[in-house]
Amino acid sequence: MNVLVCVTKTPDTTAKIGFVEQNTRFDISGVQFIMNPYDEWYALVRALELKEAQGGKVTLISVGGADCDQVIRKGLAIGADEAVRIDVQPVDAYQVATEIATYVKANTFDIVFTGKESIESNGSEVGAMIAEILDWPFLSYASKMDMEGPTATVDLEIEGGEDTVQADVPFVISAAKGLAEQRIPNMRGIMMAKSKPLQVVPGSGVAPRTAISSYTMPKEKSAVHLVDPENMSELVRLLKEEAKVI
Amino acid sequence: MVLVFAESGDGRIKKSGQEAITFGKKLATQAGTTCTTLLLGPIDAPGDAGIYGADLVVHLPHDGFTHFDSQTWSRAICEVATARNAEYVVLSHSSRGKALTGRVAIRLQAGCVSGVTELPNLSSGCLVTKGVYSGKAFASLKIATAIKVLSVMGNAIQPTKDGTAVPVEVMDLEPGKAGVTFVKTDKVEGTVPLPEAERVVSAGRGMKGPENWGIIEDLAAELGATTACSRPVADSDWRPHHEHVGQTGIAIRPNLYIAIGISGAIQHLAGVNRSKVIVVINKDPEAPFFKAADYGVVGDLFEVVPRLTKAIQDMKAAG
Repeated sequence: MNVLVCVTKTPDTTAKIGFVEQNTRFDISGVQFIMNPYDEWYALVRALELKEAQGGKVTLISVGGADCDQVIRKGLAIGADEAVRIDVQPVDAYQVATEIATYVKANTFDIVFTGKESIESNGSEVGAMIAEILDWPFLSYASKMDMEGPTATVDLEIEGGEDTVQADVPFVISAAKGLAEQRIPNMRGIMMAKSKPLQVVPGSGVAPRTAISSYTMPKEKSAVHLVDPENMSELVRLLKEEAKVI
Repeated sequence: MVLVFAESGDGRIKKSGQEAITFGKKLATQAGTTCTTLLLGPIDAPGDAGIYGADLVVHLPHDGFTHFDSQTWSRAICEVATARNAEYVVLSHSSRGKALTGRVAIRLQAGCVSGVTELPNLSSGCLVTKGVYSGKAFASLKIATAIKVLSVMGNAIQPTKDGTAVPVEVMDLEPGKAGVTFVKTDKVEGTVPLPEAERVVSAGRGMKGPENWGIIEDLAAELGATTACSRPVADSDWRPHHEHVGQTGIAIRPNLYIAIGISGAIQHLAGVNRSKVIVVINKDPEAPFFKAADYGVVGDLFEVVPRLTKAIQDMKAAG
């Protein structure tokens, strides 16, 4: 199996979110960046398991500037064989998907993995777009995947349950919780990652179709209304009469 | 024209589909145009889409649309959108919608924004708002293309139900060969799925063990709520993973979220902070969750929760 895993960098899950330049840019000062958890914990690890079971190669791809190299190296330390960075600062998912699909067309892959979404833009767009550009099946929000020959049997998260479906390679699959167990890179992996190939290639020049015009922060909650723990009928009254939710 | 793809299941339009139709109708009114709703596969009363705001329904009843496939479904949506010159295509930001939105956008050479939380501002171009950074902020995005594809976040809009049934145009379109083969669906019976739930009762490590969940289930049953849990609870296998809400679990936005014995780590808040009303029950007055709560109860959950259940029963008994 020749597998491509799409990874992106995101602010750490505990990062304080703020904006600069009249709320048009994310404030990176003091923010630690990590590999998007769905890409790292589930997509990459499941790809590595496939390689361990039936041979092949795992390639990482990321669309971004040199500031992505740190998370790409982490992916190599966890076990990917090689990596490609498309040297473009993307503005939207369309650009990311187009760059990745262009790379896939010029090479040969059986499976393209993505995370189910990035915790930064929460779009779930890139995987579906890559699949459409390539005209491949798309297995979205996969929480379990078994391969037998060219056929994958996959559980997909749906509202209140899961669908089980089958598809033959090539396909695009987006990874949700359950698809694999997170792996922590060991010292040997970290050392080996330094000598693994990280190819930097120029982008195709595709233009974005959407752009962020500004950011806003959610309204601050007013102070919590504390209710006496002995008096739950008062809480019920507030929920019924004041909040009107029951 | 605004084309809404409304999801259906068990022969009826799903709640997420109703929301998409109402959103599409309001968008059409703003844009000075009409709202057509597309329905795929077997459905009992397709004209009922008018109740939620559709001006016209296009129905593709072919059996081949019984099971979901992002390739054939997105082709069908785009075929209808192109034939009828849709300027906007609206979908739900649901599990199916997430597999379709990007595909539809590529096929129509359209810019897309997914997880839209309010109606677009059309005063200069098309400015669309969505949640980013897992609910910690909102972004307004400008779509630069002639055709625009939007997916609507669950619970972002209340479906209006004051319309009447509208005419249905049935099209005999075959889906073609699906990219995926359906095997089976496993659903948790009896409860409203978390992403669609209007009330959620959620519990965390403060419960001390899975054997204590009876009081949570009793409260949820009394409220007609769906149960959920925090990540440590799911990771310890006290509760199934599909109950895990938070940044790496399911993001929800019910009208009422009751958090019991959950401290409120930032990753948990990211998945629930768009709930309309949050109630926090915790014995630790310093629990960070109280800062995000509307109502708080500082006390022992093993005493407070049964008392709350009883108070709801009393309220119901009093009518």
